[in-house]
Amino acid sequence: MSERPLREPLTGRVIFEMGSPDARCVEAPIIDVPKPDLSAVLGGQLRQTPPVLPQVAEIDLARHYAHLAEANFGVDNGFYPLGSCTMKYNPKINEWACRLPGFAGTHPYQPTETVQGVLELMVGLQEALAEVAGLPAVTLQPAAGAHGELTGLMCIRAYHVANGDPRKRVIITDSAHGTNPASVAMCGYEVTTIPSNERGGVDLEALRAALDTDVAALMLTNPNTLGLFDENIRVITDATHAVGALAYCDGANMNAIMGKARPGDMGFDALHINLHKTFSTPHGGGGPGAGPVAVRDILAPYLPGPLAARLGDGAFGLQTPERSIGRVRSFNGNVGVLVRAYAYVRALGGEGLEEASEQAVLSANYLKEKLRGAYDLPYDQTCMHEFVLSGKRLRKEFGVHALDVAKRLLDYGYHPPTIYFPLIVEEAIMIEPTETEGKQTLDRFVEIMLRIAEEAECDPDLLHGAPYDTPVRRLDEAGAIKNLDVAWRPKEV
Amino acid sequence: MYPKDLKYDCEHEWVKVEGGVAIIGISHFAQDQLGEVVYVDLPLAGDSVNAGESFGEIESVKSVSELFSPVTGEIVEVNDALGDAPEIVNEDPYGEGWMIKITMSDPSELDELMAVDEYEAFIAEEA
Amino acid sequence: MRFIPVSCTERDDMLETVDATSADALFDVIPSDVRLTRSLDIPGGMGEMELAAHLEELAGCNRHAGDLVSFLGGGCYDHYVPAVVDAVLSKPEFFTAYTPYQPEVSQGTLQAIYEFQSMICALTGMDIANASLYDGATALVEGALMAARVKKRRSFVVATTMHPEWRETLATYCSVGSYDVAECPASGGTLDLKALAALVSGETAAVLVSSPDFYGNLEKLSQVARITHDAGALLVVSVNPVLLGVLEAPAAFGADIVVGEGQPLGNSMSFGGPGLGVFACRKEFLRAMPGRIVGRTSDVDGRPGFVLTMATREQHIRREKATSNICSNHALNALAAGVYLASVGPVGLKGIGEACIAKAHFLRERLLGTGCFTAPWDAPFANEFALRYDGEVASMQAAMLSDGFLAGLDLSRFNADDGGLVLFAVTEKRTRAQMERFVEGVTSL
Repeated sequence: MSERPLREPLTGRVIFEMGSPDARCVEAPIIDVPKPDLSAVLGGQLRQTPPVLPQVAEIDLARHYAHLAEANFGVDNGFYPLGSCTMKYNPKINEWACRLPGFAGTHPYQPTETVQGVLELMVGLQEALAEVAGLPAVTLQPAAGAHGELTGLMCIRAYHVANGDPRKRVIITDSAHGTNPASVAMCGYEVTTIPSNERGGVDLEALRAALDTDVAALMLTNPNTLGLFDENIRVITDATHAVGALAYCDGANMNAIMGKARPGDMGFDALHINLHKTFSTPHGGGGPGAGPVAVRDILAPYLPGPLAARLGDGAFGLQTPERSIGRVRSFNGNVGVLVRAYAYVRALGGEGLEEASEQAVLSANYLKEKLRGAYDLPYDQTCMHEFVLSGKRLRKEFGVHALDVAKRLLDYGYHPPTIYFPLIVEEAIMIEPTETEGKQTLDRFVEIMLRIAEEAECDPDLLHGAPYDTPVRRLDEAGAIKNLDVAWRPKEV
Repeated sequence: MYPKDLKYDCEHEWVKVEGGVAIIGISHFAQDQLGEVVYVDLPLAGDSVNAGESFGEIESVKSVSELFSPVTGEIVEVNDALGDAPEIVNEDPYGEGWMIKITMSDPSELDELMAVDEYEAFIAEEA
Repeated sequence: MRFIPVSCTERDDMLETVDATSADALFDVIPSDVRLTRSLDIPGGMGEMELAAHLEELAGCNRHAGDLVSFLGGGCYDHYVPAVVDAVLSKPEFFTAYTPYQPEVSQGTLQAIYEFQSMICALTGMDIANASLYDGATALVEGALMAARVKKRRSFVVATTMHPEWRETLATYCSVGSYDVAECPASGGTLDLKALAALVSGETAAVLVSSPDFYGNLEKLSQVARITHDAGALLVVSVNPVLLGVLEAPAAFGADIVVGEGQPLGNSMSFGGPGLGVFACRKEFLRAMPGRIVGRTSDVDGRPGFVLTMATREQHIRREKATSNICSNHALNALAAGVYLASVGPVGLKGIGEACIAKAHFLRERLLGTGCFTAPWDAPFANEFALRYDGEVASMQAAMLSDGFLAGLDLSRFNADDGGLVLFAVTEKRTRAQMERFVEGVTSL
């Protein structure tokens, strides 16, 4: 055991273990009507034992969450080059906007004439996303990227069913996000995985061999998870269309290409956009995000509703396409997230979005050039908004893994890059700086990464033990599974 | 590391034949690659399995791998001790960490498997 | 260049390092036939002050719970949110963080989720809960699909008294996954138990029921559970968690899986989203459960800590064999729910539930007393109830809107057979004076 500081740790003591039975934060409301006999009116379903919930005073509650916050790391705390996640700055004006009572206080079933402002906002966002995507129809319904994937695939399935055959398989690449195959399976399709070629793109021979009239769709991330734009993209989508299949684009990496290239122009028929990546809405510690889906006209009749729409008379309304696949969730979408994304689009405008992509790509290439000596660079090409290094040499020569590099970065106050993804790169270290980081931040990060590579050589055990200076150190993950504790319970007396 | 009296397959399972019954487990190499084993999902005794088919799954904290049977036959016994203490697979992969026992319907399948020297060459290549 | 802190000189330095003449030149790796050769047709950027004015103008075009007296519910409710909830939600350490994949610097999110899971277990009486799903509708779907995995069966029976949008969501998912869904009719406002007994079979993976149901009525859960379990199926119960300080925990009636919409727990309505999918179940289903789970463990120095656990169920490891495609959770909404429940505590939650129930019963009695409404059934209910209006619902609602009331939900919106029925939701925020004014207004139409 290392020496403990005198200060109590920030975390570890759960809120159930604080306070006292008399402690109150918020008082129960006054009931200004006669109180009925609850047992009678509830048909005998009155609760017999009260739920065990925390009982704390407001000051203790406020401090508890202040301590938890202090033990957390967000974009506002430091550089967060988490590849594939686009951890860009979350503008504060967006947070203010989504809390305006005219947005936060609206009920989904209000008459549409009382929600014209939010409907106009949704239409504006749909139109902006359609323009960025190069695809004409957009649904804002999906709650997340994976939800968008499933929604897009469902529309593709409905299209094939309408043509008389749902088909059987969806092709993905070996560099795909894990959500892709999982969404394919949920949509009732089999997964066919094809390899990447030596330049990180789709292996055309393997694609052609996999394509036949059983294939419903090709699902592709472009730029892909190696941060590379597939130079054969038109060949790929043309070959897909040639067998009657459709092309789905995982838009996780849209931050690279706004205003530069559009999935619709590349031949994709459907695309989801992660608003919590490209459009600056915060990740919230895991959500909520939003994964709107844009589609070509042939898929528009199948989109899940309701969609916000311009009505003839200058008013706005909600409509569901005639052959819609049906709902994929309740109500109208993650509107609180949509407000933030809309605010971002209007802050930047078309030109600003293009500039954002330019800087994101420049910053990624800059870091790649600075780091390529100390770490392996398996795909030595101009990258888009992110790139993948490999820690293979560090492992072979010094027994240091990508995980150790990541943990050591924590000691220096940086959030580590994504590691061990994509699966096709050994000891992968996937770096995405985003456009919202200054050059000084990037340069300091380079310095630290080079220093860590030196540490790996001189003192590998230092890295094996890292981190040292974090609220907690490496955790026993196997123990968490074997001695499973996923809910606090009062100690039996 | 790799006992000489066992046969191995390219999915890193081993087979030991005792009195006509094949005992099956995973090799030292496999358990080392997995890291700390936290869960082993095994079939029920009485199930049948074909050579090359999956008979269960093994999990570490962040990976899951299928277990493939090197031989065809009926499963006559499974190692229930792994339910409570899956880490035995790490500690004693060739002994207490065995997984299933099979009465083989075609013992000639054993001829297709690797002897220890072949297997050692095979994993040297994989590493 | 909003939100880009790189100066022009710094940009030139960077271009030199990457050996490019301009940032645009880096995009030469994109084949020219797919390059966009014009500017995006999106209005130009705005300064923050102008943007704020524009957003305020849009927000100002909406009526909202602050300027209307709302009796709208149907899955989304106007409850009071204590100020401390938004104070916590506004901490950037929480809202600007990613999924807690690096536990050493994510203990705040992880512990908050662990506490949320614990509170959901306490409310529902179930053994385990996940870190949350998107909303109630998708939680219901995931509950059904999990039951199918556990039982290795592919048929569901869902109550027609389940929220119509949730049933529609279930139908969407089931149609692509080749599952059968049968709808069990209602009788007297709750599930027809004879019909249910006839519908379940050895093929049924789960019976899906909501209590309170979409019409506000409390289902006879013990009997539903018996019929369900006799068929060897699992019972999935949807609850409104804010009522569970007063209503018996679904576990007590034999629920196997509990789902629900957690918006009432400290989350804003926001035109219906983001919501909070609540998901809890019995511990033997752990490996079949969708979504993230946080577990307690310790670090190398023996300090207590939390991690995402049981990850091998999930898509990033098991890919097409994962328990679900879900990757995210609604962590920030779960945080809101946790702060909310900790701030009201068991006494406050009971008080809030009692206030909703008492006020709903008061309003119903008064509305029936006007002679303008009749009761379509006499089932027990909690915070929400349906009445038949003896006139044209749309014109009544329009007239009351001009008086500043959202006069309930016109149920003909979902089902033509429910024409004339209006669903009223009453939260603790409604005062006796507001309700009396409403009753007076309706009477005078």
